Amino acid sequence: MRETTDLFAEPAEPDMPAGAFSVPRSLVALAETAILHRDPERFALLYTLIWRAFRGEKHILEDAADPLVRRVQLLAANVRRDIHKMRAFLRFREVEEPEGTRHVAWFEPEYFIVEANAPFFVRRFATMRWSILTPYRSAHWDGETLRLGPGASPAEVPDDDRLAEYWRTYFSAIFNPARLKLSAMLSEMPKKYWRNLPEAEAIPDLVRAARARTDRMIEAPVLSPPRPTRRTAPPMPPTVPGALGALAREAASCRLCPLWTRATQTVFGEGPGDARLMLVGEQPGDQEDLAGRPFVGPAGQVLDRALTEAGIDRNHVYVTNAVKHFKFEPRGKRRIHATPDRAEIEVCRTWLDRERALVQPAVTVLLGASAARAVLGRAVTISRERGRPLPLAGGRGIITVHPSYLLRLPDESAKAREYAAFVEDLQAALRLAGGG
Amino acid sequence: MDVLRKLEILADAAKYDASCASSGTERRHSLGAGSGVGSTEGMGICHAYAPDGRCISLLKILLTNACIYDCAYCINRRSSNVPRARFSVEEIVSLTLGFYRRNCIEGLFLSSGIIRNPDYTMEQVIAVARSLRETHGFRGYIHLKTIPDASSDLLAEAGKYADRLSINVELPTERSLAALAPEKDAGGIRRSMGRMRLRIDEARAERRAPRFAPAGQSTQMIVGADSSTDQTILSLSTNLYGAYGLRRVYYSAFSPIPDAASHLPPVPAPLIREHRLYQADWLLRFYGFDLDELPLEASGNLPLTHDPKLAWALANRGLFPVDLNTAPRERLLRVPGLGVRSVTRLIAARRHRRLRIDDLARFRLPVAKLAPFVCAADHHPGSGLDRVRAPVLEPEQLALL
Repeated sequence: MRETTDLFAEPAEPDMPAGAFSVPRSLVALAETAILHRDPERFALLYTLIWRAFRGEKHILEDAADPLVRRVQLLAANVRRDIHKMRAFLRFREVEEPEGTRHVAWFEPEYFIVEANAPFFVRRFATMRWSILTPYRSAHWDGETLRLGPGASPAEVPDDDRLAEYWRTYFSAIFNPARLKLSAMLSEMPKKYWRNLPEAEAIPDLVRAARARTDRMIEAPVLSPPRPTRRTAPPMPPTVPGALGALAREAASCRLCPLWTRATQTVFGEGPGDARLMLVGEQPGDQEDLAGRPFVGPAGQVLDRALTEAGIDRNHVYVTNAVKHFKFEPRGKRRIHATPDRAEIEVCRTWLDRERALVQPAVTVLLGASAARAVLGRAVTISRERGRPLPLAGGRGIITVHPSYLLRLPDESAKAREYAAFVEDLQAALRLAGGG
Repeated sequence: MDVLRKLEILADAAKYDASCASSGTERRHSLGAGSGVGSTEGMGICHAYAPDGRCISLLKILLTNACIYDCAYCINRRSSNVPRARFSVEEIVSLTLGFYRRNCIEGLFLSSGIIRNPDYTMEQVIAVARSLRETHGFRGYIHLKTIPDASSDLLAEAGKYADRLSINVELPTERSLAALAPEKDAGGIRRSMGRMRLRIDEARAERRAPRFAPAGQSTQMIVGADSSTDQTILSLSTNLYGAYGLRRVYYSAFSPIPDAASHLPPVPAPLIREHRLYQADWLLRFYGFDLDELPLEASGNLPLTHDPKLAWALANRGLFPVDLNTAPRERLLRVPGLGVRSVTRLIAARRHRRLRIDDLARFRLPVAKLAPFVCAADHHPGSGLDRVRAPVLEPEQLALL
């Protein structure tokens, strides 16, 4: 408020803005909408609101508890609802004219919204010729320009339309009588709109018959006898032929531990059945779970890069995990990796053992502690045992870090150092396997 | 059979799918286009409401209700005696365009019974979408039901034309699915949702990636056809939202059908239960609730008599009253009667004034419901909170017109 020092002084005219003056953009948008209302006070209300914003209450619109702000916001909300309902409930009828087809609609908006709403119909029906007639204004689109005209009468629009009966049929068939809920319909589609909606004619009969239709279904149901079920086998995920493929198919329905219940699928190993080198990780992550393939997520990309640098072609390597289902904790809209416990690793080892027995790699690279536990059957300290050959039942093993460890390192120099060590371990594995 | 009769049969066959959304896709319009029709502007439009209170936004039909599967809950199962029909591609295209030009719909939601095999069915569904988009320049909304385990190429093509794709998980547990829908495979459904998520994410992240379902994917499960509890249902939903980035999980109360399976006889649709599940789903997604905070009863179900937020508040009276003038957003979101938008408004308004109880009425908030749970500048509930009791179930409104 303006401060007055002398209570009896003539209130001076506040300084009038010279030429343009500025108010917040959001206020302009609000005013443009609210002014379309019918309320005769709208001009005075908007004047006061703009005046107050201009006089220093710049953030006035944030205070929706202010009675004036609230009142104008409600006007605008009414207008927006009317605009939305016009877009929803206006129905065109097709009229054949010498120049071609024209679509004509009669609509009775509550407020002065035709001008504001016409561009929506232009964007949507730009390639049609159409006319929207209302009691106070008409809008005509000829495919290129929008022309606004005076109000019209409903008599100028044909009563029926070629497709009206189809639309009523659809409306009736999509209604589920067992869910009758009139109040919900009426609050969204009040009766005032019904007279211009071709489908509304069907409503009274649908409502009248609903209860009886539902009672009949429940009290005297027509029951089809169960028929012998022709059980078609569920389709299987893409598979590879041979013994490894058979093993993968078997693992696809693994229920040995509860991890399958929340995971998308078993993520089995992949690679040639005669690979000299086998890589064992911990478990599939989010991306692997979705794709059904090991090491395709962020850690997989680190692995691919390191393999390339070590001179190893991933296509010649068998890549798998100690645990075949993704273990995670749901956190909001994400799934956060959870480390598999000893029991889960132990149970899942049956698949890994069988993979190793079939592939018989010369060297198995154990990526991280879970993989090492799965293959060696004991806890290992990676920093102490990494990089040097270990005897395994059939072939030899090399322990190194899991590539996701490299992703978690916070500082860049540690990352570079550890990455180089990882590549070195892979090279050692390659040499041990008789390549490189 | 004429098209009118087909429309009657194939809309009736499609009405048990609850999804009708036409929102959240890219913005398109026909201005400046030489041909074609349609626009999408973010917000969906409900063009009509059926007397069941459900919105009609899309032309929701089946390509055919003939089906080689025998899912007990489904009106279209192989062993049902309903009349069968099949649309041609041209018939669906001309109905869609005809209704669209009259401003009856936002677009098409097309599903189908399984005919021959998943790939063949998927090809037929895609043929409709392709014709609409490529031959007729249709820019309205298209939602396609995806057939689980259809080939990768077909999925890519479906995503190219559709705004939204969906696969229904149908039932809350794998065991129920095996019992009631013996030909459906829970694993295959999950795998397909996983594949879709990867493609949706890729299309969103990389500008050069092929267009793929910009309005994302959704699913539906039937409530009340098996003995699954709300806890089972909501824990599956949580998993589905997290794993597959779903826009929506629709809950569909198992509804009586005209020709029911003898081992799943019709019962009244559990509409209130369905409503409570939606409320709980909202609490999990928008109100910061965790699954284990939901006020489940010993049976594993939500109370039917009152909404889950009120039930939570009554079980945690010690956390109230909440001060409207000082409480952080997370606390305000937990007050029964305050929605996400009201909370945002209150927080903006209280930067300018101390909120009083009358201000709530001005915000059109339910003052009587709120009063026991909040403090304002001129209001403290005192012992009012102790007197709040869980309400009893309101009698069902009778249908009179």
